[in-house]
Amino acid sequence: MNDQTLFSIFFSAMVVNNFTLAMFLGLCPFMGVSARVETALRMGLANIFVLVLTSLSAWVLNTYILETAPYLRIISFIIVVASLVQIVEMVVKKIAPALFRQLGIFLPLMTTNCAIFGLAIFQTNRGYDFLQGIVFAVGAGLGLTLALVLMASIRETSELSDIPAIAKGTGLTLIIAGSLSLAFMGFAGLL
Amino acid sequence: MRTTTPSEDFIRGIWKENPVLIQMLGLCPALAVTNTVKNALAMSAATFFVLCCSSMLISSVKRFIPKEVRISSYILVIATFVTLADMILQAYAPVQHKELGAFIALIVVNCMILGRQEAFSSRNTVYRSLLDAVGTGIGFTIALIMMGGFREILGIGTFFDIPLFGPDFEPWVVMVLPAGGFLTLGFIILAMGVYEERKKLREAV
Repeated sequence: MNDQTLFSIFFSAMVVNNFTLAMFLGLCPFMGVSARVETALRMGLANIFVLVLTSLSAWVLNTYILETAPYLRIISFIIVVASLVQIVEMVVKKIAPALFRQLGIFLPLMTTNCAIFGLAIFQTNRGYDFLQGIVFAVGAGLGLTLALVLMASIRETSELSDIPAIAKGTGLTLIIAGSLSLAFMGFAGLL
Repeated sequence: MRTTTPSEDFIRGIWKENPVLIQMLGLCPALAVTNTVKNALAMSAATFFVLCCSSMLISSVKRFIPKEVRISSYILVIATFVTLADMILQAYAPVQHKELGAFIALIVVNCMILGRQEAFSSRNTVYRSLLDAVGTGIGFTIALIMMGGFREILGIGTFFDIPLFGPDFEPWVVMVLPAGGFLTLGFIILAMGVYEERKKLREAV
């Protein structure tokens, strides 16, 4: 059991311990789909959705099934995440085919998105209950979206500026991420 | 598909297709646990173990895995070895296990490992898959130790817990914080870009 208030869990997950900028989870989409603000926003929203579902299933697994076999945790979590991503992929393909094409490879790659698997593991390690888990997932998802959108808007702007040829691409993205991470450290005093 | 020699399989992962520095795979552990060399070493050892074991197992049973469910099967194999690594670390290196925390479990979702299975082990012999895995593992270790070295030396002023500078050294604390991870990797990649550029220029002349 964990007696943190819901508010502090939410803010901690969203800004203070931002999944991407402070804990380095979910870096692949952070580098990959952060070129356009709109795509980044949608990717973030898809992430929130999967995160909440994962949190729910992880809680069910922990409370009812894994109590007697904690060593199966990693294996069962990854199966749950993989099947959830598969379902979301099918839903997105059916409902929003345009978005499906935009997200491309990064949608199935969500299976190996550390943010989603990491959420399940952190939630278990910290002993969050049902409601805390959901709040944690929403906070983490909003944090991811925030980081993605910020990154995308900086990259959109920097496309127009005069950058030395060698610095273009990943090197620059990483250094921007570093500066963003520095800025987010300012939130540490909040809690 | 036999276009590469065994030695190429081995060398490739170390430099030319270095998983972290060139392919940008497995970035999460590379950034998250490299605040000291010790943590970086423990992390690379665990990843190395998982990578080699799963490459060997998958390449030896590749004929029995149906194509449609191959990704899930790979993930299951990887998850099994990660559980093993987690238990072994907990038993023999409890301090490191505690430091790395959830990041040991997160080896499961290291894209580098799954990538090697899909790209190499699923269509090559056990021997060559092992060579490939060892090469990639060494490349990963080099990248992690490089990051850990930079960050520990600048951020704490020690290397492997051995103090390097006198007591007057003012630690560059930001390097061991998350921001330092991004900056270090960014600068390493920029430096590599400069190096490649120079090489190209030299070759052109």
